[in-house]
Amino acid sequence: MSMRDVKVCLLGESGVGKSSIVMRFVADKFKNALESTIGASFMTKTIFVEGNTYKFQIWDTAGQEKYRALAPMYYRGSAAAIIVYDVTRETSFHAVKGWVHELQRHGPSKIVIAIAGNKCDLEDLREVREKDAQEYAHEIGAIFCETSAMTAVNIAELFDAIAKLLPPEDLLGTSNQMGGGSTVNLRNNAAKKKSKCCSGSDTEAASQQPVRRSLSTPRGSSSVTYPS
Amino acid sequence: MATEIREAEQNASVSDSDSGQSDFIETNEIPGKSSNTLLVANDSFEDLSYAELNNTIVASPMGTINSLVKKKAKRSLSLPEREHVEDTVSESEVDDSEVETSEICDDSQVDMIEARVTELSLQETTSQTADAQIPHLMTNTDTDYVNSPEWKRQKKHIFILSESGKPIYSRHGNEDKLVTIMGVMQALVSFVADSNKDTLRSIVAGDHKFVFMTRDHLTFVGVTRGKESTQQMFLQLTYMYNQVISILTHSTLTRIFKQHRNYDLRRPLSGAEKFFDNLLNLMDVEPGLLLTSVRCLPLDSNVRDIVSQTIAQHAKVKDLVFALIIAQNQLVAVVRMKKYYLHPMDLHLILNLINASESFKAAESWTPICLPKFDAAGFLQAHVSYLDEECQTCLLLLSVDIEAFYTLSECKAKIQERLIKYNALAAINNSLKRNSYSIQQCSISDLRHFLYKSRSTAQYTSPELEAPYNTKEEKERLFGLYYYLHDRIHTSGRTLKILFHVGAYETLLGWVTTGFELYAVFGPLVTKMSAIHAVNKLLRWIKKEEDRLFILSSVTF
Repeated sequence: MSMRDVKVCLLGESGVGKSSIVMRFVADKFKNALESTIGASFMTKTIFVEGNTYKFQIWDTAGQEKYRALAPMYYRGSAAAIIVYDVTRETSFHAVKGWVHELQRHGPSKIVIAIAGNKCDLEDLREVREKDAQEYAHEIGAIFCETSAMTAVNIAELFDAIAKLLPPEDLLGTSNQMGGGSTVNLRNNAAKKKSKCCSGSDTEAASQQPVRRSLSTPRGSSSVTYPS
Repeated sequence: MATEIREAEQNASVSDSDSGQSDFIETNEIPGKSSNTLLVANDSFEDLSYAELNNTIVASPMGTINSLVKKKAKRSLSLPEREHVEDTVSESEVDDSEVETSEICDDSQVDMIEARVTELSLQETTSQTADAQIPHLMTNTDTDYVNSPEWKRQKKHIFILSESGKPIYSRHGNEDKLVTIMGVMQALVSFVADSNKDTLRSIVAGDHKFVFMTRDHLTFVGVTRGKESTQQMFLQLTYMYNQVISILTHSTLTRIFKQHRNYDLRRPLSGAEKFFDNLLNLMDVEPGLLLTSVRCLPLDSNVRDIVSQTIAQHAKVKDLVFALIIAQNQLVAVVRMKKYYLHPMDLHLILNLINASESFKAAESWTPICLPKFDAAGFLQAHVSYLDEECQTCLLLLSVDIEAFYTLSECKAKIQERLIKYNALAAINNSLKRNSYSIQQCSISDLRHFLYKSRSTAQYTSPELEAPYNTKEEKERLFGLYYYLHDRIHTSGRTLKILFHVGAYETLLGWVTTGFELYAVFGPLVTKMSAIHAVNKLLRWIKKEEDRLFILSSVTF
């Protein structure tokens, strides 16, 4: 048993649902029309993944332009960054690319990047194809999933995935001697977890999206995909 | 309309009027007086003389944060980059050729924020100017909108526009649809400025007043058919200006417009509309903004002492400048760094920040805020959290250290724990539930309502609004009376000390001394003699209650 503090920050445009994701994850609550975050807010949540305890210290940053300059303060010390976009707003997906570039240039070298397409319950209003986002995530080696804070789709799975992908050499107590190249470990982890996560991805999501599934990627579209 | 039956004004000397004057109390008994000020107590309203209006550059305090950061730099000499702060932050060295600002970003956190904002603004203008620069011609929809009865019916309009006439904010309606009318406003302002080398201050047309204020490349326009005087409107516009500064800082604002006169300020201000809206709504219901003073939550002085001592003990960390507890727009306690005081105008911005947003209720937050009276050039970092489940009691810790969040978070946990242990939070909640106090507690017949401001502490007290002032219309009317009384005393060309005014529905007595300002509202049939007696009785009552109604001691870290 080891306890590990994991600092995570959420980035993304204003109104994509960063705070809602955090609220769903931490308190399992959802509020319609949550007010926009001011500055950044901080919350913690402890989860157990494979016998390890992860204490997530989550920085939920404000998406508004005037706070943009503060972002480095939050991602600099982060082990993982979740970049959120809104599947019903294409511009918010374009903003993801900006964040990825910024993280690659200025972020910590080993930062785990996850891309989350939120509001996937609003299928009718969709503007961003899941396939496009997934391909992009694959390209840059990021975790990808579509989430819905409202219907609690893939929220817990997203954080589980991050926990599993953290470079193991950082694990307190159980330091892995093999931890030279983190990419290798990532791949191992990914291969191992994929099946489990697919089966775990909830029934709710599956029932919602049967039509789309046949159109897009053959493997369960509502599951978390790991970089490979 | 209120018919004025008779009106007595006394200018300056108190002694040369009739016998009632002998009852006026001695100044050494001023209720709520304290030499231990915790707020800056100079009267901002009187600072707003028209002489100042002509200066577009307002002497805003700058460098306070800088000097605090410097002090911090001295403490940690081991970090060479910290020393660099001194050079980069200083305002004078900021020149035009700052496209490379991202290079200095890591030198100083404070500077970084501003530099980034500028950097972003540059990116934005290059991409956006193409479509934004096309002047909107008068279209049918524009004129229709301005002529719509709904828009015209609004009692008070507030607009913010840039020097080039670009809409930034409108209290009512979408500013996008007001491009034409804002253009007219800008034309008026610049016509007077260009042709007469003069400044347009106000226009009175029928029962409408138009008040203009230009500062830092921004034009603020207020239009009202309420009771506010032009000077009071000017004060409201100043609050709006302060709110803009609070979000952007004075340095960033001037830098943006120095580089791009055409810049669309709505972008960095996006999401700030609610702060403007809320501030304007506060001004309509909260006399503290007019009086540039704050209301304290009535609390036993020993409970308040416990609260301030707890904060002082458990938030004794470096770089923490102010720590305050706020509950429902009322001040519970303030602890400050020695030498530094909080200005009531700044405090109103803090109250507005808390009041305007629900998002602080979700989790501990960390946000930059610029307090223009404290230091208009930089941001303080605010740790904001609620101490109770119901999210009534809010703790704010304002630091100059951008990395202090975790430290302050620990402080918060300790403070919260102690305050629960000492039952102080419960006491605060009880006080909130009881409401402030009823006018009946003063047991003065025919006194309906009053505002009492202690000038030395910049705090005011007033009873609950009760019948007949319990409907929206009546509240508004009462506020109008206070506007009238306040204006007559402060800005009718000569300042008055005492004003006795008999109206159709109530009699007003305003009394201003060096120590206090009192505005009292009586029933319509009160005589001058009995009003003066009542006011003396009231002052004695406030004196008796002063420990509960005011914060008289100032605690420092």
